[in-house]
Amino acid sequence: MIAIIDYGVGNLFSLSSSLSYLGLDNQITKEKDDIICADRIILPGVGAFGDAADKLAKTGLVDTIKAQAAAGKPLLGICLGMQLLFERSFEYGQHPGLGLIRGDICDLSADITTGLKVPQMGWNSLKFRQEHPILQYVREGDYVYYVHSYYAKHCEESVVAVSEYEVEVPGVVAAGNVVGTQFHPEKSGAVGLSILRAFAQMR
Amino acid sequence: MIAKRIIPCLDVRDGRVVKGVNFEGIQDVASPVEMARFYNESGADELVFYDITASAEGRALFTDVLKQVAREVFIPLTVGGGINTLEDFDRVLKCGADKVSVNSGAIRNPQLISQAARRYGDQCVVLSMDVKRVDGRYVIFARGGRENTGIDALQWARQGAESGAGELVVNSIDTDGVKQGFDIEMLMDIAEQVNIPIIASGGAGCMEDFMTLFSHPEIDAGLAASIFHFREVEISALKAHLKSGGVEMRI
Repeated sequence: MIAIIDYGVGNLFSLSSSLSYLGLDNQITKEKDDIICADRIILPGVGAFGDAADKLAKTGLVDTIKAQAAAGKPLLGICLGMQLLFERSFEYGQHPGLGLIRGDICDLSADITTGLKVPQMGWNSLKFRQEHPILQYVREGDYVYYVHSYYAKHCEESVVAVSEYEVEVPGVVAAGNVVGTQFHPEKSGAVGLSILRAFAQMR
Repeated sequence: MIAKRIIPCLDVRDGRVVKGVNFEGIQDVASPVEMARFYNESGADELVFYDITASAEGRALFTDVLKQVAREVFIPLTVGGGINTLEDFDRVLKCGADKVSVNSGAIRNPQLISQAARRYGDQCVVLSMDVKRVDGRYVIFARGGRENTGIDALQWARQGAESGAGELVVNSIDTDGVKQGFDIEMLMDIAEQVNIPIIASGGAGCMEDFMTLFSHPEIDAGLAASIFHFREVEISALKAHLKSGGVEMRI
C-alpha cells in the first residue's frame, strides 16, 4: 500500500489514478495510522512553499513522516512535495522544510539571464548525474513534465538527474530512501509511470 | 532543453467529440476517451478538452468523460468551455483537469483570473483569447468569436498575465480555419506584452506551418483541432519532422 498524503494542497486524482493504472494499491489519506501502516509514502503538492508547509504542519503528520523516513520507508516527494523535503525555501520569505535532504529551494527567475520564461512549464529531458533505482526504467534524454518557479540548490550530493533550463534544474534528487522529483511523474506519460513503478519497487 | 509542445484540441458536446471523423483503427471516433488514448499514443504533449455543451446534463456527461480520460491518460489535461466561476474550476479540477482555460468568463468577470490563480496557482489558469483585427488594432471577441467586446487585445494579454494567468492561448480569428499558417504577426505582437508561455492557435494547415511557428522562440506550443482530427497532419510524423528540422521535441 502506498499512502498519498492529503494535506489540502493540489489535486490528487491523477496521482492516485496513475498508481491504480499500474496496479499499485494506494490510499489518499491524512491519518497517521495509514502512513505508519503503508509500505511507502508519497508527499505531493502544488502552490506556494510557505502555505503548503503550514498546511502540512497543521495535519500533525510531520513527525510521523520524518520518523517513517528515518526508519527507512521509501518516501517520494513530487513537485512542491519534493521541495518540502529540503532544509529551507526562499519563496516569499524564508521557510523551514522537513530537512530530509540537504539544500535550499531558490527562485529560478533570479538565475535566468537569457529571457527564458518562469515558471518553467513543459517537457524537458533528463541528464543523469548518478545511478539510482528510481531511474531504472528511464533512458537518459527521456522527457518529463515540469511546472515550477523555484528549484533546488546547494544539494550536489543528492542530485540524481537534471534538466537544462539555462541552469541545471535538479529533476530527481535522493538521499537514501528519500526521493524527490521536481517534475510530475503522474503527468509525464509512459516515462513518468515507469518512475512510479520503480518507486514501488524500491527497497 | 525544454521542448515545444503540440496540443490537439477536442470539442466535446454531450459527452461526445464533435468533428471526430476519418480515423482508421479507432472504432468510436466520437469517444473522447478513445481519442485521448489515440493522441496520447501519437505523442501529443497535452490535451485540451473544450466543453461546448449548453445543458446541465451535458455538463455532467463532460465531467464523467474527463474522469475516464484522467484515469488512463497521464499527460497534462486542460479544460475549457463554460468556465465562469471558481465552482466551475473546482468541478473540473476534481475530475482530473490540470489546467483550466477561461475565455468569455474572464471577460465578464476579470477578477476570475486573479481569484482562481490565488486559489489554485498561476500554473492552473490559462487565459484563452479570440483576437481579430478591427480598424488596424487587435480586438478581443467573446462568445466563440461572435461578439466584438472592443477590448484591446494587447492590453488584455498584459492584464491577464498580471492577474495571474500562467499561460496564454492566442487564437487568431483572422487565420482560424483558413489553413494558410499561424498568425505570426499577431502572435509576435502579443508575445511581446507578456513573459508567460504562449500557445498559438488558428491557421495551421500543414507541417511547415508549425516549422515556421517554432522558428520564433517566443512561441511555446501549437494548438490545432481539425487537421489532427481529420488526420491531414499526423502528430507523430509532425513531431519527427520538426525534430529533424532542429526544433526541440519530445519524441
